Amino acid sequence: MSRTARVGLFLAAAAVFAVVFTLACTGLPHFGAASHPYGTRAVAAALRHRTANVISSVNFDQRAFDTLGEESILFASVLGAVALLRPARDERESSPLPLRVPPSTRLIGAILLPLTLLTGVYIVAHGQLSPGGGFQGGVVLATGLHLAYVAADYRALRRVRPLVVLEVADAVAAGAFALLGLAGLIAGSGYLRNVLPLGTFNQLSSGGLVPVINAAVGLEVGSGLVVLLAGFLDQAVEIDTPPAAQDGDRA
Amino acid sequence: MNDANTLNGYLIAVALVLVTATATAAALTREPVRQAIVLGLLGLELAVLFTALQAPDVALSQLAVGGALTPLLIVLTVRKVRREAAERPDASGDGDPGAGSGPR
Repeated sequence: MSRTARVGLFLAAAAVFAVVFTLACTGLPHFGAASHPYGTRAVAAALRHRTANVISSVNFDQRAFDTLGEESILFASVLGAVALLRPARDERESSPLPLRVPPSTRLIGAILLPLTLLTGVYIVAHGQLSPGGGFQGGVVLATGLHLAYVAADYRALRRVRPLVVLEVADAVAAGAFALLGLAGLIAGSGYLRNVLPLGTFNQLSSGGLVPVINAAVGLEVGSGLVVLLAGFLDQAVEIDTPPAAQDGDRA
Repeated sequence: MNDANTLNGYLIAVALVLVTATATAAALTREPVRQAIVLGLLGLELAVLFTALQAPDVALSQLAVGGALTPLLIVLTVRKVRREAAERPDASGDGDPGAGSGPR
C-alpha cells in the first residue's frame, strides 16, 4: 500500500471514528452531573450485599466474572514474560557481589520494608471497606519488597524473595478465584454469585464472597508481580550472555 | 461547600492540562530512560487527577503501576540491553553505550 493510500485510509477511518465517538458521547451523563444511572444502581446493589467499598462490590461481586478475565490476563502475561526471560542455554548466571551500602540507607530500608509490607497487607485486608483492595495492595506488597534491593543489594532481595513459593502462590491464587466461583453453582445460584453469609455492614468480615476473592487477587497480584520483576531483574543483574554466543547471534 | 466545589474544579482543570502536556511529552521523548521518567511523572499526575475526580481506588492502582512499576520495567530492560552492548565493544555503530544514545 502506498503512502498516500495509507494516509487516505487513516483520514477516512479517523473521520468516521470522530463522528461516531462524538455521537456516542452526547448520550453520556454530563461531566460532574448529579445523576449517575449506573452509579446509583451499583451503590444500591453494594449496600444490599453489605459491602462498604462499592468499587470492590462491583469488581468482586457484581462484575466478578469480568475481574476473573482480567486476573487471567495478568496471570497469562506473567507466565509469558517468565517463559521469555528464563535463562537461555547459552546464558550463564553470575552471582552479583555484595555491595557496600551506607548504614543510613540500610537503616531506612530496614524501617521502611516492614512498614510498606504492613501497608500492603492493610490495603488488601480492607479492600471491602475502604479504597484499595487486592490489586492495589498486591502491587504495594510486590514493589515494597524491592526496597531490600534499593536499600541493600541483590543478595538481600533474594533472601526475602522465595521465588519458588511465590510462583506456586501465584498459580494457586489464580486458580482459587476460578474455583471460588463454583460456590455459587454448588449453592444452586450461579457462577461467582455471592452466596456466603454477608455479615455486618462495615465490618472486616462483611461482604460475603468479596473479601475472599479480594484476598485471592491480592495474593495473585503480589506474588505474580514479584515473579515478573524477578524475571526482569535476573536478566538485568545476574545473567550474562557469553561473547561467543553473541557472535553466533550476529552471524 | 460551593467554594470547595470551585476549588476541586480548578484542581481537575490543572491536572487535565498537566496530564495532556506530560502525555504529549512522553510520546515525543525518544530516549527510553528519559521516557521512563516522564511516564513516572505522568502516572503521578494521573493519580492526582483520579483523586480529584473522587476515584481513589483507581488512583491507588495508577500510582503503583504507572508511577513505579512501568518505569522500573523500562529501566531494567534498558540496563540489560546496554550491558550487552558494553560487553561487545567491537560491534560496529553502537560501541559506546554510555553516550546516552539509547536503543531505538
